[in-house]
Amino acid sequence: MKIRELSRREFLAVSGMTGAGLVVAGCGGGETIGGEEEGGGDGQPQEGGTFTFGRGSDSVTLDPIHATDGESLIVCRQIFDGLLDFEPETTDLVPALAVEVPEPEEDGLVYTFPLREGVTFHDGTPFNAEAVVFNFERWMNSGNEYHAGGGPQASDFSYYSGMFGGFDEESIIESVEAVDEYTVRFRLREPQGPFLRNIAMSPFGIASPAAIQEDVEEFWRNPVGTGPFRFVEWNQGSTVRLEKNEEWWGTDVPVEEGGGGPFVDEVVFQSIDDNTSRVAALAGGQLSGADGLTPDDVPTIEQDPNLKVIFRPPLNVGYLAMHTQKEPFNDVNVRRAINHAIDMEAIVQAFFGETGEVATNPMPPTVPFFNEGVERYPYDPDRARELLAEAGYEDGFDTELWFMPIPRPYMPDGRGIAQAIASDLQEVGINCELVTFEWGTYIERTGRGEHPMALLGWTGDNGDPDNFLNIHFNSANATEENALNIAYYENDEVDELLNRGASTIDEGEREEAYMRVQEIIMEDAPWVTIAYTRPPLGFQNRVQGYLPSPTGGESFNSVYLSG
Amino acid sequence: MLIGVSVLVFFMVRLIPGDPAQILLGQTASQERVQELRAQMGLDRPLPVQYLLFVRGAVTGDLGDSIVTGRPVTEELLARFPATLELTLAAMLLAVAVGIPVGVIAAVRQYSVLDKVTSVLALTGISMPIFWLAMILIVIFTVQLQLLPFPGRTSVPISSITGLALVDSLLTLNFEGFRSALLHLIMPAVALGTIPMAIITRMTRSSMLEVMNEDYIRTAHAKGLMPRRVIFKHALRNAMLPTVTVIGLQFGLLMGGAVITETIFAWSGIGQIAYESINRRDYAMIQAVVLYGATFFVLINLLVDVLYAILDPRVRY
Repeated sequence: MKIRELSRREFLAVSGMTGAGLVVAGCGGGETIGGEEEGGGDGQPQEGGTFTFGRGSDSVTLDPIHATDGESLIVCRQIFDGLLDFEPETTDLVPALAVEVPEPEEDGLVYTFPLREGVTFHDGTPFNAEAVVFNFERWMNSGNEYHAGGGPQASDFSYYSGMFGGFDEESIIESVEAVDEYTVRFRLREPQGPFLRNIAMSPFGIASPAAIQEDVEEFWRNPVGTGPFRFVEWNQGSTVRLEKNEEWWGTDVPVEEGGGGPFVDEVVFQSIDDNTSRVAALAGGQLSGADGLTPDDVPTIEQDPNLKVIFRPPLNVGYLAMHTQKEPFNDVNVRRAINHAIDMEAIVQAFFGETGEVATNPMPPTVPFFNEGVERYPYDPDRARELLAEAGYEDGFDTELWFMPIPRPYMPDGRGIAQAIASDLQEVGINCELVTFEWGTYIERTGRGEHPMALLGWTGDNGDPDNFLNIHFNSANATEENALNIAYYENDEVDELLNRGASTIDEGEREEAYMRVQEIIMEDAPWVTIAYTRPPLGFQNRVQGYLPSPTGGESFNSVYLSG
Repeated sequence: MLIGVSVLVFFMVRLIPGDPAQILLGQTASQERVQELRAQMGLDRPLPVQYLLFVRGAVTGDLGDSIVTGRPVTEELLARFPATLELTLAAMLLAVAVGIPVGVIAAVRQYSVLDKVTSVLALTGISMPIFWLAMILIVIFTVQLQLLPFPGRTSVPISSITGLALVDSLLTLNFEGFRSALLHLIMPAVALGTIPMAIITRMTRSSMLEVMNEDYIRTAHAKGLMPRRVIFKHALRNAMLPTVTVIGLQFGLLMGGAVITETIFAWSGIGQIAYESINRRDYAMIQAVVLYGATFFVLINLLVDVLYAILDPRVRY
């Protein structure tokens, strides 16, 4: 199947048409590619050109294992490949530097990855099992000589410790060994349900051991990987410039499995802090694409004949959390009453427009084991009053509603939404004082549980239910400081189910656990779920093949510029 | 004065809510890690101690390292300085080149239509917020006419020698780069230069009017000198004194305006770094920007005082 001996030019001559067909097929599947006007034309991906992508802020580090912010990770995604990847536009797994997605062995304690042969890093050194072992040992052993670097804002390998439990003895990965030149075997200390999904996350891109050994401290601004684009230069605060990797291994992999391309000669990430200027730069033809658009920008861009909007599949949820350990929210009837009292359809329509979808569960439908059977509490102020009366609040009560001071991807206008919610609640006798703080302070205070009711949201990392449900509803996360479970929801049954879902590798058992958690959360109503947001991206019409990932970190290999 | 500035800026940046370590590490960081980083950044020490360390560093030219890039802030600002210098010089050049002649003409033709139009335009210019003007320019020249490019300083790579894109592109005979840099410079320079231009116009006009009523001007006219010679040789030179003072003061305004202009046009200069540093609570960087800014302002005004002596023979130091 693999035709490695062909040069790129010959390869295109032989299979260019097939590749083109695949791009079209890939586009046809989703409403997300808005290129109807061009009708796909002959649809053949064109080579060349510069793809300039505007964004709200610059990267922090280009050493993926040290990155925690989306702006660093999306650049790293172009330069590095992981063993596994997410299929374009979904959170399903596809092989990347591994040749297949491995099956768990020994009840999920062992995973064996066969690796792609003939892949080289951008510095010309070969990719093999030793390189994988080198990277994992760098990440997992705090005593490793190269457990360093990342630049001044290095996160201290926080994605590693976050996803795999910690370093050294605490690491869920016990060892990684090279079985032969192109096979690595992972041995885990305990089974981990989301293990393969974690491996596919962009922080776990495989870096060139030679480059790290040469200067681990400078690697964050001289990144070397195997990805579709190689690093050229980084003007901090302004641009990151990448160029096409002509030798990328994925060129002959089908587009729907994350391959194809790279087609453009050059990728430039341009940071423009000011949102209005960024949209203006797009409209003026200075950018090929831009993210960070507000819902208000969507109609403007859609009306421009040269531009189009592509929506990113949602991997987030905005919510109103009630502090379940404080009066009166410790009464489930009060929480249900609040759920009944808010006309969420109207609010989402007004504040999210086309970018939002009313949420039924605490995680979006792109996440596996999403429970379709769960329904929202219907908007019913009369029922809300009844429930309040049952709880002993027939005259309502006074409380505070906290909202975030700045737009977030999962909630474009915290203040407006808070006002709308407050006015709905007033109808049933609940008077809310609106409260906010500077963003850092807001996180700090909600993380200490100082609020009665607060708006917040979450953007997922790896598309696993654990990443939404465990974080928000496990009592272990209802901590005194930096709580993520800001409803301070504690339920032994839920804890038990969540822990089981996280530790088993039996998909059937995971499904059962997470489905049940969503039902219980619905009944106990610690939140009012608000919306899943499909963040809009704006593009020139000539940009084709942009396949946004729910995780926010898509590869640009399939992007090309038509005519 | 600089000591006062240092005290003010040091304590004011620390009044901004939000902990740099927390912002840096994000929402999900553990408390231990935040504490560790605070200690590493020296933020766990008492404020007066932090201040003394800051002053000790400052007098030896070490203002600390940026928490964003890890490099010394002085080095970081020097790298960004040419971009801001290029922008402010262009803006000031524009302001002077337009403001002074227009002011002179308006004064010479007092109460003419031209004078009145100029006055209205100058008043509009002074009252115009920079961000608004910048957006209008972008909408007209980039979005509608697609004539002028932005963001950034150039879209053609220019090898850096002095850091001034226009100069470097000429030195390397990179004419494509020169054209690109020049086109990129127009909108930011106009946005930034409009207010000083308006102020200089008004100042020149009023001081010209004052000088034109002096006895020696009447004498000059009386002894039969050409009006042109009277205006440029006798009146303008004397009228320049207040204008030069104003130009010096305008540099302060330009530095403030540069923050807005650079942010809107994604011009990677000192103004942009100031904006980012405030967002990221990069204390060392904010302090350095303000301190160097103040120093620069003092130096400019010193230069203005020296210029007095050249312009006005009565002033001797």
